[in-house]
Amino acid sequence: MSFLADNFPLLRDAFLTTLSLAVVSGICALVIGTLLTAMRVSPVAPLRGAATFYVEIFRNTPLTVVFFFLAFGIVEIDLQFPTRFITAVAALALYTAAFVSEALRSGINSVPPGQAEAARALGLDFRQTLGTIVLPQAFRTVVPPLGNVWIALAKNTSIAAGFAVTELTAALQRLTNENANQLLLVFLAIVVAYLVITLPSAWLIGVIERRTAILR
Amino acid sequence: MTSSNGEPLVRLSGVNKWFGELHVLQDIDLQIARGEVVVVIGPSGSGKSTLCRTINRLESIEKGEIAIDGVKLPDEGKQLARLRSDVGMVFQSFNLFAHKTILQNVTLGPIKVRGTSKADAEKRARELLERVGVSAQADKYPAQLSGGQQQRVAIARALAMDPKVMLFDEPTSALDPEMINEVLEVMIGLARDGMTMVVVTHEMGFARRAANRVVFMDGGRIVESADPETFFTNPTSDRAKDFLSKILNH
Repeated sequence: MSFLADNFPLLRDAFLTTLSLAVVSGICALVIGTLLTAMRVSPVAPLRGAATFYVEIFRNTPLTVVFFFLAFGIVEIDLQFPTRFITAVAALALYTAAFVSEALRSGINSVPPGQAEAARALGLDFRQTLGTIVLPQAFRTVVPPLGNVWIALAKNTSIAAGFAVTELTAALQRLTNENANQLLLVFLAIVVAYLVITLPSAWLIGVIERRTAILR
Repeated sequence: MTSSNGEPLVRLSGVNKWFGELHVLQDIDLQIARGEVVVVIGPSGSGKSTLCRTINRLESIEKGEIAIDGVKLPDEGKQLARLRSDVGMVFQSFNLFAHKTILQNVTLGPIKVRGTSKADAEKRARELLERVGVSAQADKYPAQLSGGQQQRVAIARALAMDPKVMLFDEPTSALDPEMINEVLEVMIGLARDGMTMVVVTHEMGFARRAANRVVFMDGGRIVESADPETFFTNPTSDRAKDFLSKILNH
């Protein structure tokens, strides 16, 4: 146990890095994903096309490849993110946004079309109809699938380990390299650290799901 | 702001619409005067609901022209939204906003579209809910109300916009028989108060009591158009005679 205490600063920093990777890219993914979804249901065909193209590209590309591209690929066109952390956030957010958009779109499809029709008949424009009537109802039905996306994102942060961000999985690699005899203990500590993020999330998702359950 | 005198409030001229191969509206010409109550009847698939929905462009049309209060229906965007706000619509399936309370359902349009203050919108909403007899339900959600109550709220929601004309698309077809009358009474009240109304319905009793004119549709065409007395007692077309014999003799 003294081994864990000795390495506490590393583990703590790694945990906080993982957590902030997940939270920051989660928020960005939610924003981008919502915009993408708005584009995908808009009456403007080029917007629909562009958003669908985006989603299909990112949904069907391995996350590691997205990381590679943002870390090294864009240097070719003289672009670079200021820090490795930001590179990781960008990769995670751009990738996860595609899944957020898919979840939201399925939620929008679950809102009866009569709801949007009634809003349009009142004189609400496209943005108001989407923002006041359709999305709030869609968000409620997408809590479970968005929860899955969030948990997947929390675990996907581990890819950043391969791109020189010292988060939990990188800490795992470093500690096991240096302390081969403590392998199980290190594994245990890292798994517990991930669970500290994902288990309360799963519980919270359940609470939100019950709170927002919609009356039909 | 073109409230000219002789001009009809709603004017459809040469309106045609196709659903793929199906020619659902064929050369529809219809003029509705201010304060007139027009009941549209006809068999299923005759195009009567589609006709109703084209008037606020929930359905687009391929040919022809629709004008409301002298203004041609714009294609999309802000102008269409503004025009729609002057046209109240009541749906067969009520379509109350499921995540909003009854009061919020009625205040939403005035607040979002007209920019009315929340206090004013709520005051007016409570008056309207009182008028349609559901004021006690103001803080409930739509799913907690009966179908008849929901439909009366839907009427109040449309009225809150002070529309120039109200469209009713089979407003009682999804209701239990015992709830139909409470909705019809509200509609008859509106007709008495001089509201311009287009009502797609199977309720012949309503047509007799409240309509100025009955429009009979079949196969996407207006077959006959007459005052209710003439239409029900002495229809001219064979199709209308056949239709009436089927629905009135049982």
